[in-house]
Amino acid sequence: MADCVNFHFDIDGDNFTSAGEASVRIKKLLRQMEFDAEIIRRVSVAMYEGEINMVIHADGGTADVNVYCDRIEIILKDNGPGIPDINLAMQEGYSTAPDNIRSLGFGAGMGLPNMKRYTDGMKIESEVGKGTTIYMTVNA
Amino acid sequence: MKIRTIAELLDAKVLCGAENIDKEVHSACGCDMMSDVLAFVKEQAVLITGLCNPQVVRTAEMMDMRCIVFVRGKTPPKEVIALAEDAGIVILASNERMYVACGKLYANGLSGGSVVNG
Ligand SMILES: Nc1ncnc2c1ncn2[C@@H]1O[C@H](COP(=O)(O)OP(=O)(O)OP(=O)(O)O)[C@@H](O)[C@H]1O
Ligand SMILES: [Mg+2]
Repeated sequence: MADCVNFHFDIDGDNFTSAGEASVRIKKLLRQMEFDAEIIRRVSVAMYEGEINMVIHADGGTADVNVYCDRIEIILKDNGPGIPDINLAMQEGYSTAPDNIRSLGFGAGMGLPNMKRYTDGMKIESEVGKGTTIYMTVNA
Repeated sequence: MKIRTIAELLDAKVLCGAENIDKEVHSACGCDMMSDVLAFVKEQAVLITGLCNPQVVRTAEMMDMRCIVFVRGKTPPKEVIALAEDAGIVILASNERMYVACGKLYANGLSGGSVVNG
């Protein structure tokens, strides 16, 4: 139906410091487009969790965000190790993050559950050894 | 509670965002795991943490938080302060430990806010 605006980001897998920059950009853009604050928070938190996951678990990837006036789609794609058991990964508290990542504040096993909680639709496609693609939609 | 009052209660230094120090905040979250912070969608205005990396600021920014309190005498690196400045977030640094800092704020009326149901 309505017009769509697309944004593309390359997520650097070697740089923990810059992880999350794409989500910050999207947050600012959605503010300029005058979306509701709650919608913006849900989109940016879900995208941020996904972005961090790509950096800590998958050596980076890409993020595509399609903004329609009635919904926002986020597609996160990486060529990382894949997720062997998606149901297990979706459980609160499940994490394979090593200690050095935990000491940075990640590895609670809450990222994927948060992404699910904050979005109106989420689909994970993953193949071990090939990579993971996550599709999320938030209705505006 | 005003951010200024938090600084006084915790005997904290204001490292950036002094222009927002008279803003009112109504709830806080004390945590060192960022995804636990991100699990609370309702307005959480203050993040009390012992971690000092850029992701702490981004997490606070994603959640529209107004103030970060670094406890245990941590001094954040310059780039962390710069990120907070850019996001309009007040940074406070206190020598208190996490438990004591949270206890003092809670006892003075700063609540924990509400949890979202999965
Ligand atoms: N893009 C990905 N590629 C490969 N594995 C992933 C990816 N995203 C998540 N995982 C796997 O799923 C697990 C759970 O992810 P989730 O985001 O819920 O928790 P976490 O990243 O370990 O910790 P937190 O998000 O709380 O900091 C991860 O520990 C990891 O094993
Ligand atoms: Mg995660």
